[in-house]
Amino acid sequence: MSLTELEFQGETTGSGPVQVIQGRSPWVLAWRRLRQDKVAVASLIVILLLALLAILAPVIAAWVGHPPNMPYTNQGLSSTGLPVAPSSTFFFGTDDLGRDLFIRVLYGAQVSLLVGFVSTLIGTVLGVAVGMMAGYFGGWIDTVLARSTDAVLAFPYVVLALALAVVFGPSLLEVIVVISFFSWAAIARVVRGQTLSIKEKEYIEAARSIGASPMRIMVLDILPNLIAPVLVLATLAIPTAIVFEATLSFLGVGVQPPTASWGNLLSQAQAFYQTSWWYLIFPTAFLLLTTLAFNLLGDGVRDALDPRTERLFAAQRKRGRARSKGAKPAATVEGAS
Amino acid sequence: MTSPQAATPAAAPPGEDDVLVRVENLVKYFPIRGPGLLARTVGHVQAVDGVSLELRRGQTLGLVGETGSGKTTLARCIAGLIPITSGRVIFDGHDIAGLSRRAMRPYRRDIQMIFQDPYGSLNPRRRVGSIIGDPFAVHHTASGAARKRAIQELMERVGLNPEHYNRFPAEFSGGQRQRIGLARALALRPKLIIADEPVSALDVSIQAQILNLLADLQNDFGLTYLFIAHDLEVVRHVSNQVTVMYLGRICEQGPKDPVYEKPRHPYTAALLSAAPAADPDAAAARQRIILTGDIPSPINPPSGCRFHPRCPKAQDLCHEQDPPLETKPGDAPEHQTACHFPVQPGEDLTTTSTIAAADASAGTGGEGSSLTGGAA
Repeated sequence: MSLTELEFQGETTGSGPVQVIQGRSPWVLAWRRLRQDKVAVASLIVILLLALLAILAPVIAAWVGHPPNMPYTNQGLSSTGLPVAPSSTFFFGTDDLGRDLFIRVLYGAQVSLLVGFVSTLIGTVLGVAVGMMAGYFGGWIDTVLARSTDAVLAFPYVVLALALAVVFGPSLLEVIVVISFFSWAAIARVVRGQTLSIKEKEYIEAARSIGASPMRIMVLDILPNLIAPVLVLATLAIPTAIVFEATLSFLGVGVQPPTASWGNLLSQAQAFYQTSWWYLIFPTAFLLLTTLAFNLLGDGVRDALDPRTERLFAAQRKRGRARSKGAKPAATVEGAS
Repeated sequence: MTSPQAATPAAAPPGEDDVLVRVENLVKYFPIRGPGLLARTVGHVQAVDGVSLELRRGQTLGLVGETGSGKTTLARCIAGLIPITSGRVIFDGHDIAGLSRRAMRPYRRDIQMIFQDPYGSLNPRRRVGSIIGDPFAVHHTASGAARKRAIQELMERVGLNPEHYNRFPAEFSGGQRQRIGLARALALRPKLIIADEPVSALDVSIQAQILNLLADLQNDFGLTYLFIAHDLEVVRHVSNQVTVMYLGRICEQGPKDPVYEKPRHPYTAALLSAAPAADPDAAAARQRIILTGDIPSPINPPSGCRFHPRCPKAQDLCHEQDPPLETKPGDAPEHQTACHFPVQPGEDLTTTSTIAAADASAGTGGEGSSLTGGAA
């Protein structure tokens, strides 16, 4: 072996500067493809801008000088007590209590994005863990986990949310718990299916013949092959979670006033749609734009991660498309109500 | 056709120390479950049914048989990848059948596998260095710079550019990928390498390279190979011993030359007659024995001799009694055949059979090609 080592050194030093050959990882390639996709890039910019606005909401509120829950009874309401229209003072107009709608929409974005990201993150981690264990171990573990997944998917989630709100009292935490609880199952089901097919691959057999533990195989050999579909599912789960949060808040079992959320803004605005169009339009537009941007980004991510070798992906793609179609009308229905 | 292992004394009688792996009466049935949640077992696929064989140190045992004959299942049982139904697998003096994953761990270092599909056997999401280094990581034998150096030495040894350490499997050709799989198998300096059709997915020119590499490595590291293939010429090239399987059982086994030159089992004779010959004169002179029908279902195998429904020499005794695997009169002592009516040297099987004669017109080239498999 020392001889070959010497040969190897001789070869590399002989051929001038040592050339480092670094294969392009699938992620680098996917990122390159994503950057070519104008719609996806635009969606990403919209989402980043929105996130920036949400994070900077207190700064903007301080700069404008309008705290989110401050009623401006003199400037913010007309002589008849109705909300005032958008102006240079109130960019999006005011609400029925004379509060600055622009600031409230930004604070609502905080809630929506927080709920969207956190509950998707929890749901994804849970779903991947459950799905991977069910798929890899099979047997009774699979039976128990797969049946629980089916049970969760079959659950009427609005009913459970209403019940939980009654028991624990509606709050942001309750919203996150409910949405996480309902988002892991869909991911677990897909992950289980993928794991079932991946575990039949010869490289899993090879890992087992080396003596790798099930944990090692799941983390090092299966998980990297799951990241692509899971990333797509997660990107598409975020708008679903945002709409879900809006629905819960709209129904009054989510985030409670005076904390602003797009859902409860819409709920309050519906009484004023004849007199104050801005009250309904701005929260709706933001909700629509956000869910649309996430869905389009999800499509872009899926296309970018779709290498031709991944035959499994075809089915995945159809399912994902159906899902994103389902989410978009939900947003518009929300806005129209 | 020179054997690459000419240096090892193939003719010496096997002492107990000489045997690396002894498989005794290995049985593997896969249960077939009915539909539903609490499914009952409705039957068994009798993939391997009572196989005994020996692998001698430093030698190559060629395992031949049609698709569905149980070769791969046997290999996976020996490698401890699937639990066996009954029997014993004695590796280096220890019975390793039925060991738990933890108890099996020390033996994993000694038994490694090379897989058929150079595309499926490497994780597309991992870099080559990580794939080859996996055995070191799992067995904590080397880490950091030492591991990297060991990996690059292995890559060099199997004919890969060590600078390609950071590439992904997708950036390599089929032959190169098979070399990567070989490097991974060699990482722990195993005693036994089970090669499950290692070259059947490769181009013929690449096949020769890989076979020669396997032979070189065997000489350098004193490896023992269990070489599975359906290409008879490949097996002839690499093996010292040959075992022919049919429907989960051994029908003939022995040293390479007697089995190839004087096959006693009608199935072996048929396989050999169907293999393409390099010499066109020899090919023209030879009569191909055409077997009728397909390999029967291993769920419900034929009674008696499992080959009798397709055998040109089958008689009543054949479907009543299971023939024992034994040395037939006039054969070399290690040449064993499981047949009631072994083929006599010079016997012409193409005219013996009434079944074969009746179906000779119906028998198409398809039968022959199913026997030669990938060689065609």
